[in-house]
Amino acid sequence: MKIISKEIIANAAGVKIVKMSLLSPEISRKAFPGQFVVVMVNEKGERIPLTIVDTDSAAGIFSIIFQEAGLTTKVLGALNVGDRLYALVGPLGHATEIKNYGKVILVGGGVGIAEILPVARALKQAGNYLVSILGVKNKDLLILESELKNTSDQLYIMTDDGSAGRKGFTTDMLRELLSKDKYDLIYSVGPIPMMKMAVRISKEYQVKTWVSLNALMVDATGMCGCCRVTVYGQVKFSCVDGPDFDGQGVDWEELEKRNKAYSAQEKHICHHFPATETQ
Amino acid sequence: MKKIPIKAQEVSPAARVGNFQEVVTAYSEEEALSEASRCLQCKEPLCIGGCPVGIDIKKFIYHITQKDYASAYFKIKEKNNFPSICGRVCPAEYQCRKACVLTKRGSSFASEQAINIHFLERFAGDYGKNNDLDTPVKKENQLSKFKVAVVGSGPAGLCCAGELARKGIKVDIFESLHKTGGVLRYGIPPFRLPWDILDFEIDYLNKLGVNFITNFIVGKTNSIKELFEQGYASIFLGLGAGVPSFLGIKGENLCNIYSVNEFLTRVNLMSAYKFPEFHTPVNIGRKVLIVGGGNTAMDAARVALRLQKIKGMALDVTVVYRRTEAEMPARRLEIEHAKEEGVKFEFLVQPKEFSGDDQGLVRKLICLRSRLGEPDSSGRRRPITIEASEFEVDCDLCVIAVGLKANQVLINATAELEINKDSDIIVDPASMETSIKGVYAGGDIVGGEGTIIEAMGMAKRAAHSIIDSFGQA
Repeated sequence: MKIISKEIIANAAGVKIVKMSLLSPEISRKAFPGQFVVVMVNEKGERIPLTIVDTDSAAGIFSIIFQEAGLTTKVLGALNVGDRLYALVGPLGHATEIKNYGKVILVGGGVGIAEILPVARALKQAGNYLVSILGVKNKDLLILESELKNTSDQLYIMTDDGSAGRKGFTTDMLRELLSKDKYDLIYSVGPIPMMKMAVRISKEYQVKTWVSLNALMVDATGMCGCCRVTVYGQVKFSCVDGPDFDGQGVDWEELEKRNKAYSAQEKHICHHFPATETQ
Repeated sequence: MKKIPIKAQEVSPAARVGNFQEVVTAYSEEEALSEASRCLQCKEPLCIGGCPVGIDIKKFIYHITQKDYASAYFKIKEKNNFPSICGRVCPAEYQCRKACVLTKRGSSFASEQAINIHFLERFAGDYGKNNDLDTPVKKENQLSKFKVAVVGSGPAGLCCAGELARKGIKVDIFESLHKTGGVLRYGIPPFRLPWDILDFEIDYLNKLGVNFITNFIVGKTNSIKELFEQGYASIFLGLGAGVPSFLGIKGENLCNIYSVNEFLTRVNLMSAYKFPEFHTPVNIGRKVLIVGGGNTAMDAARVALRLQKIKGMALDVTVVYRRTEAEMPARRLEIEHAKEEGVKFEFLVQPKEFSGDDQGLVRKLICLRSRLGEPDSSGRRRPITIEASEFEVDCDLCVIAVGLKANQVLINATAELEINKDSDIIVDPASMETSIKGVYAGGDIVGGEGTIIEAMGMAKRAAHSIIDSFGQA
């Protein structure tokens, strides 16, 4: 539960992304790509899920990468090396199914780029040919570029303003790639509109697409159903049935609405604790 | 001369809906003595047979009449480790009180005349707790070389751990949540079971030498096999039934439709009623519907009332249930309390579908009327839907409280563990041993959704099997 290292890996245009490594021999030994942990920053905190990005089982540490958005991630971001989290449990959820699919496209948007890194590494090791598409607002918010460059056979960067790579969306590049060549799998993590668009395109080309969903959770062990999503008409719990799902079956409109269920409280609490906003 | 049953004092409905403090006040000594004196001290007491763990009710009540409260306390503790908890949450009207000779024969739950055994149990339990009668003594003996892993810190886990630790066995309890107590913490609201009562029992186990490991989910953080490799001689699984059932109807994933577990977990475990001091939010509506007729439905209804009151809203909570009040599985006391506090009831109603607005918020529940048919396997009359009886109920928040199923994380991770069609763990009913040697189970993970005292009964049996197995070792 102890914070071993902390690094601000992006901080521009009001967006702050932090990388932290945490001490937990059990979790670092057990975690597989695609799994997540639940953290509580303090006794009064929320339980929030965060993807496990990297593990070092020899050192007993693993890392998380998060964007400061709500109160919890802001308080988390304000903690320092040596501080301890109030609660940390994992690894939770199913691991991503890793095998040699053939040619795979990875699509990461914003802080979702962090979540494709462990999957990219595992897929590479399994012998896949990897094409990664990273999408961010501008060059200052680009994270893990060199790590993904080392792991991928091809890497494309897309920015909203053209300040790095090409100007445009990840999904523009996805369409371009799919129109030129045949791929066996797509793995996509990022904002809901991006994942929604990615699966719309991949459906046209009939390429299976896994997405890692970021539904709201409380216990994250299958006991509350807060994270329920509809996939091909079936109700699933993201925490224990996911977080990876076949994106072409996901009811995105429902997920989008459910993820906004507490936006009023989120605004209220950030206003209530203004001190954390400046940290 | 027939004496009048003594009801325990209660905080007035108007005062109590504004907070989460305990509703039922303990018996005073006079009240306890008066109620105990009503006990007929039957030659062949029927009440004991009605208790899932066989507390010698006649004896402990006798001790109360003699003002020997310490003996009453220890008499209960011979069979039940947690009298202060059970005295508050046991559905006595379906158990000991129903069996009491003063209950009219053939009635489906206890008559008013039946001795208030649960209030007396609570009186004796609280007396023992307040006077620190039972000092935990850490034992070191030949059994201390054995280490047992207890998975889950709910009623079954706590009970099993206590039984083992008292014999000198080393016990580690693994709990996946950040707080101990299981359903006693996340499920039962503090106005029914105050946290200090629960904390006292957990502290007692701590003093006995039981080690609590929170934030540890066996099946994920570690496996059964690895626990054995780490040197645990036996493992007890008290995983509980925590997976919420839904109705499976259209529109059920609209926002502000909660499973009862989510609603109660947010409020109880995460203290969402103190938002924003506590950071977990919970939504509350102007027109709240609770679907279901069990204790969790009553808890949800009463929690919803309190949230409305705290927010300064008008109280408007309605329970919809597909049968009638007589078939409700909830404790009679909870139903009474809910009514007093202003919860409304709509019986013989079968939910059909939810409809919402364009933001995905629930706005209506579309229902059908039902009538009662012949009794089903549970002995309760089956609801039969009346065709073309559709009607709508406005709502902006709904809680689904229609049952809970076995927790699956550990079961899914342990292929060798045999389960039945309901995904409950199969055990040898005598020893409580599962299909894996040295692994025992008890509580809701075995019996399906049951009572806390039933869970404790199973846990005790498992603990004794574990102790016996060490004797042979």
